[in-house]
Amino acid sequence: MQTYDLANGSLRELNATLHAQNKTTNQTSWKIINPRGAHAIACGLDSPIEVAIHGSTGYYSAGMNQHATVNIKGSAGPGVAENMMSGKVVIDGDASQYAGATGHGGLLVIKGNASSRCGISMKGINIVVHGNIGHMSAFMAQSGNMVVCGDAGDALGDSCYEASLFVRGSVKSLGADCEEKEMRPEHLEILRELLVQGECDAKPAEFKRYGSARTLYNFNIDNAY
Amino acid sequence: MCGIVGLFLKDKTMEPQLGAMLSDMLITMTDRGPDSAGIAVYSDTAENTSKITVQSDTPDVDFNSLKIDLEKQVKGDVNLRIQSTHAVLELALDQVYSACLALEDLRPNLRIMSIGESLEIYKEVGLPKNVAERFEVKKMSGSHGIGHTRMATESAVTTMGAHPFNTGSDQCLVHNGSLSNHNSLRRKLRRDGVHIRTENDTEVGAAYLTWKMQNGSSLDEALESSLKDLDGFFTFVVGTKDGFGVVRDPIACKPAVMAETEQYVAFGSEYRALVNLPGIDQARVWEPEPATVYFWKH
Repeated sequence: MQTYDLANGSLRELNATLHAQNKTTNQTSWKIINPRGAHAIACGLDSPIEVAIHGSTGYYSAGMNQHATVNIKGSAGPGVAENMMSGKVVIDGDASQYAGATGHGGLLVIKGNASSRCGISMKGINIVVHGNIGHMSAFMAQSGNMVVCGDAGDALGDSCYEASLFVRGSVKSLGADCEEKEMRPEHLEILRELLVQGECDAKPAEFKRYGSARTLYNFNIDNAY
Repeated sequence: MCGIVGLFLKDKTMEPQLGAMLSDMLITMTDRGPDSAGIAVYSDTAENTSKITVQSDTPDVDFNSLKIDLEKQVKGDVNLRIQSTHAVLELALDQVYSACLALEDLRPNLRIMSIGESLEIYKEVGLPKNVAERFEVKKMSGSHGIGHTRMATESAVTTMGAHPFNTGSDQCLVHNGSLSNHNSLRRKLRRDGVHIRTENDTEVGAAYLTWKMQNGSSLDEALESSLKDLDGFFTFVVGTKDGFGVVRDPIACKPAVMAETEQYVAFGSEYRALVNLPGIDQARVWEPEPATVYFWKH
C-alpha cells in the first residue's frame, strides 16, 4: 500500500502520480491522508487501482473516473464522481449536490445522504444511495439506474428519459413527465444486483420504480407559447 | 462565487479565540472571494452602552480629534478605538441617534459600518489575509462572528460593496449568490423611505430584512418572507445580538456546510473552512436544507 499525505505533498503531485499508474502497475492500492476538504482529489483516474481517501473531500473528487475504485472515508463536497465512465466510487458519509452527474458508467455508492441534483443528466451510471436524496435528483436522466433506500426530495426525475429510478421511501414530488412505473421481474433483478453491489441490505420488494411518462418525447403544439 | 464563514460559540471559555478561529476560516475561503473581505464580531459591552463602527478613506484626518468633537455635540463621554481605516465609538445607548446625526456634519466623509450594543463590522477591499491583518482580527474576542470573502458580480469592488451589511441595530447579513430583482425591490423600498446607499444587490437584501422587521416581523419571519420576495440565488448568514441564522434559497445551488459540537456551531461555504476547528472530526457535519431557516440563540 502506498500512502500519500496531502498535509505534506501537493494535490497536483498526488493526481499526477495516480495518473501515471498504468494497467500493469504493481502499486494498486493507495491511501490518501489529510484530504481536509481539498478539491479534485483523485480526479481523472484511468487504471484499475484502489484509492482510499481518509477524511472528507471538497469539490469534484473522483471525477471522470475510469477503471479505478475510490473510497471516500468521510463526506464528499459538490460534484463527486461527476462524469464517471467506469469503476466504482464509494462514499462512507454524505455527498453534496450533483453527485454522479452526467455519469456514463460505473457504480457510485453513497452510504449516507445525497443532496440536491444527485444523478443529474446521468447517462448510464448506476447510483445506490443508502439514505435520502435532495430535490431535482435525476433531472434529465438519460439511462442507468438510481437506487434510493431512503426518501427523495422535490421534482424527482424531471424531464427524464430512459433511466430507472428506484425509491424505497417517500417521494416528496415527481418532476415533469416522471411517473411511477410497474415493477416487473427484470427490474427486481436489476435492483437485487445493485443492492448487493452497493452493500445495502434493503429488500427489492420494498421499492417503487419511477421513470419517464414519455409525453415530452415528441413536440406537442399545445405546449408551445 | 463568494465565501462565507460563521462561528457561534456555546462554550464561553472559547471566546478569546473567536477572532483567531474566524480569521483562519476566512483566509481559507480566499479563492472563493479575493476582491474584498469583512467580518462582523459580537462582543459584550458595559450596560447601556452602544457602539458605532465607522470607516474613513482618510483616517488620519477624520479620526483626529473626533472623540472631543463628538463629545461636545452629544454632551457625554465617547470612547474612541482606532483600528486602521475603522474606528469604534463607544457611547451611551440613548446618545446613538444624536451621535449619528452629528457625525454627518462633523465628518461628512465617514461611513457608518455598524451600530449596535455588541456588533462591530470591519470590511475593506483586498485579499482576506490582508484585511484580517489590517484589523487584527486574530486578537478579537467575542461570542459569535460572521466573515465574508467577496467575488463581485452585481456591483463594483468597493468598501461599501463588501459584506457584512448592517441591517438593524446589532443585526448583520452576508450573502453568497446574486439577487435578480434587486433593482425593482430597491425602487420599492426607497419609495417606502428605506435608505439604500449603493447599487449592490446584497444591500437591498439587508434593507429588505430591516424593513420587514421595522414593520413588525421577527428575524425568523423576515427570513421566511425573503424566500418569497427575493428572486435569485442566495445563501444568507445573519447575526443578531445573541443569535446566528442561516437560510438558503429553494434551488440551493450556493454551497453551505455546517458543523455542530458541544462547544460551537460553525458555518462554511465549504468544508475546507472548518477543518482547523477543534473537535471537527467528532462534530455533526451536515448541509443545511433549501428554503429552511436555521437559527441558534444564546
